[in-house]
Amino acid sequence: MKFLCVDCDRQMLFEERRLPGDGTLAAAFKCPACGRLVALLTNPMETQLVASLGVKIGGRTIDEQPFETVRSMVATGRADAFTDDGQRTTDNTPTWSPDAQDRLARVPGFVRGMVKRIYADYAKQRGIAEITPAMMDTARSELGLEGM
Amino acid sequence: MPLNIRTYHELTEPDGSGLAGQIAAQRGRVAARLAAVRQVLAVLSGKGGVGKSFVTAGVARALARAGRAAGVLDADLNGPTIPALLHLPVARCRLQEGAIEPAVSAEGVRCFSTALLIEDGRPLTFRGPEAESFVWRGTLEATALREFLADVAWGALDVLLVDLPPGVQRFQELTELLPAPPTVLVVTIPTPESRDAVRRALRAAIERQGTPLGVVENMVGGPFTGNAGDDLAAEFGIPVLARLPFHPTADTWDSLARCLESAT
Repeated sequence: MKFLCVDCDRQMLFEERRLPGDGTLAAAFKCPACGRLVALLTNPMETQLVASLGVKIGGRTIDEQPFETVRSMVATGRADAFTDDGQRTTDNTPTWSPDAQDRLARVPGFVRGMVKRIYADYAKQRGIAEITPAMMDTARSELGLEGM
Repeated sequence: MPLNIRTYHELTEPDGSGLAGQIAAQRGRVAARLAAVRQVLAVLSGKGGVGKSFVTAGVARALARAGRAAGVLDADLNGPTIPALLHLPVARCRLQEGAIEPAVSAEGVRCFSTALLIEDGRPLTFRGPEAESFVWRGTLEATALREFLADVAWGALDVLLVDLPPGVQRFQELTELLPAPPTVLVVTIPTPESRDAVRRALRAAIERQGTPLGVVENMVGGPFTGNAGDDLAAEFGIPVLARLPFHPTADTWDSLARCLESAT
């Protein structure tokens, strides 16, 4: 899928992605010539179809994780299917606020280790000392982690 | 006055989203993972209940006994049986250096299967909107197959057997994902009904550039009668590699494994 600014005859460039958390997706594209913005809005089925391909509208900001799509999409996965718990402690390992820990605990065990590792790496790369629900929301939208 | 709108393929400048590049990177991961796999062998029949998984596991075990590095990817995502046929206990999957370690049988066969991931007695179910789920479910299954190929640390293998479900769709997905078309081992039972179903699947596989190695006729000497193995062999110009009785011995499997190696 591509977007063309017909007036300028220029391909529009990805600008920003938002995941409101209701299964829908919003992605803004901007004309590099006139600055006009358009937003692509997908319904839950369309969002799911794109996610099923294992691609991110707007590009990837983190490397693809092993079994990323399987782990984030399978509903009947065993809670103890994987040994990774995301605990790779170093001097600058971010801490988890109690609210963030509660939220992480609600993530299905099948995918929890991967989600924990992704948020911890996101925080570490940005020098964030404490992971909070607000940071998780920002990361989820920025990284395109629908359903995480 | 109609608008002058360039077409999709006329827009070639990057758009910052790079979906085509992401797909190419996915294919690249599969190719890199399988670079040390000498042969990918798809076990196909097109018909259910002829013993594809049974033959896959028997061949893999025989190859391992002969000192070959063998792996099995259980591509029957909704009806996985390979771990049980390889006598693998369900164990937790380990993440090692950015890849998932395969389960390894006592004989040394490396394996991955949805049976290692999903809850006992539960179907493979995906999260997502139920309305129009037929639109995305097939895509998700193809992606699961891609991740099993790309993200399992298969290592250096002489052969990676891919146990396919009935039908040809999974074979088509496999050929799209692999850097080169696989070789194909065809499994049938003796009946004319099986022959007809297998014939269609084999023709589809050949149209997708799959190279058939030969036919295994399974469940011979029991209630199923007919000449499906010979008929298919004659029609497609391939050998009958084995006629397996209901209870094949280790010697039977070893002989089939030798036939397969010489046919390769």
